[in-house]
Amino acid sequence: MVEQALFQDQLVADPMTSTPFRIGRVVKESYDTFTLELVPQGRYQTFPFAPGQFNMLYVFGVGEIPISISGDPQHPSLLVHTTRAVGTVTKAMRALKVGDAIGVRGPFGSAWPVKEARGYDVVFVAGGIGLAPLRPALYQVLAQRDRYGKIVLLYGTRSPEDILFRSELEKWRSRFDLEIYVTVDYANSKWHGNVGVVTRLIPKAPFDPLNTIAMVCGPEVMMRFTALELQKRGVPSDHIYISMERNMKCATGFCGHCQFGPTFICKNGPVYPYNQLQSWLALWEV
Amino acid sequence: MKAFDEILKETKFFHGLAPEYIQLLAGCASNVRFDPGEYVFREGESANAFYLIRHGQVALELHDPRRGQLIIDTLNEDEVLGWSWLFPPYKWVYSARAVILTRAIAMDGKCLRDKCDSDPVLGYDLMKRFAVVMIDRLQATRLQVLNVYG
Ligand SMILES: Cc1cc2nc3c(=O)[nH]c(=O)nc-3n(C[C@H](O)[C@H](O)[C@H](O)COP(=O)(O)OP(=O)(O)OC[C@H]3O[C@@H](n4cnc5c(N)ncnc54)[C@H](O)[C@@H]3O)c2cc1C
Ligand code: FES
Repeated sequence: MVEQALFQDQLVADPMTSTPFRIGRVVKESYDTFTLELVPQGRYQTFPFAPGQFNMLYVFGVGEIPISISGDPQHPSLLVHTTRAVGTVTKAMRALKVGDAIGVRGPFGSAWPVKEARGYDVVFVAGGIGLAPLRPALYQVLAQRDRYGKIVLLYGTRSPEDILFRSELEKWRSRFDLEIYVTVDYANSKWHGNVGVVTRLIPKAPFDPLNTIAMVCGPEVMMRFTALELQKRGVPSDHIYISMERNMKCATGFCGHCQFGPTFICKNGPVYPYNQLQSWLALWEV
Repeated sequence: MKAFDEILKETKFFHGLAPEYIQLLAGCASNVRFDPGEYVFREGESANAFYLIRHGQVALELHDPRRGQLIIDTLNEDEVLGWSWLFPPYKWVYSARAVILTRAIAMDGKCLRDKCDSDPVLGYDLMKRFAVVMIDRLQATRLQVLNVYG
């Protein structure tokens, strides 16, 4: 929390003003998902952030949306976001090219408990685009590998074509100190991996449930069922962290747009211990 | 080599089953192995067994005339494959193909049905075990059709 406040003091001098960044590189991750590498400039020579935090990205003349930072916190000279094109703003963002400008406000929000997880086994469970907000935490844990027990990544996505960060996953797979299991909802017979939802990977994943911190990111239904399955394995609910998504406007706790039960996701979240939201997640239309 | 009753006792599926029943069911067990790409069974064939996977991976497939052979699920070590042997018309609804070299215990369906019919306590116990497997798969299938990744 202290660390987070420091980031906010340093960077969000005026959290309501968007600063233009140049697009340095565009990576097509899949048919609907892309990564933008933004080059800090002006007063932003670097862009420090905590894993799990997000920025408000403004596509000029179209609109502003919250997108998590997906880059490496150890390399703050590059600001990286991975986005799935689903609607007006994200589709306009997909059309941007190298050299174009995009507005950035942030970083905002709470962080994955990377420090708190020291000494524990760490299980990352990602669903679809949810791998992007988890990637900075993975980078940070891997950068201090000896401080953690087992590290496991369980990743579920729709089909083999939807797998994000493919070459990086392959590189990580060749490490002996990280277990990666990928599963897809459907595939043709060329696919040699798992088929089935990501929750099916939990019962046999190699971690010690009582000594585990789990970080879960994906659509809400997936996170709910993942948390249930982790609890079935014996992971305490306050050791399970999830990242929530709600529509946002100000991202600074003023407008109330992102209210979820008693909390504002832009300010108190998006990362929460599961036990804090458990009862609200089960309610309809919250 | 371990006796079948020893092996069955150690599986998750038969965990906690009374030793006398384990011994009885061991009489229905045999070792099987499938090379990569080999079919364990095919859609429409008679369902005469279920399989406890010891090593390897099996893909459950469905043929779609437009998209070809689709994998709808994969099963790994210590998982149970097949319940069509339990219910008439005892036909496989999907095909099952070994993805990698797979070793399993095949449990003879006719042999099991006879034992369950003559001892309803065993039959009820086995049904409860299959119900758990089926509920887990149903839950997972629901999430799959919901397209939970958005
Ligand atoms: C804290 C936070 C972090 C986020 N991080 C990321 C990220 O790293 N990458 C990323 O791609 N997205 C992320 N999102 C989601 C992203 O903000 C939304 O996808 C975006 O706001 C949609 O805007 P749009 O104008 O393109 O879509 P709209 O025009 O608003 O919506 C168009 C259609 O898309 C659907 N839709 C809207 N949002 C989503 C969604 N999240 N998933 C699926 N369908 C949706 C709507 O229901 C609608 O049918 C995050 C959201 C929050 C709150
Ligand atoms: S977006 Fe305005 S209060 Fe959270």
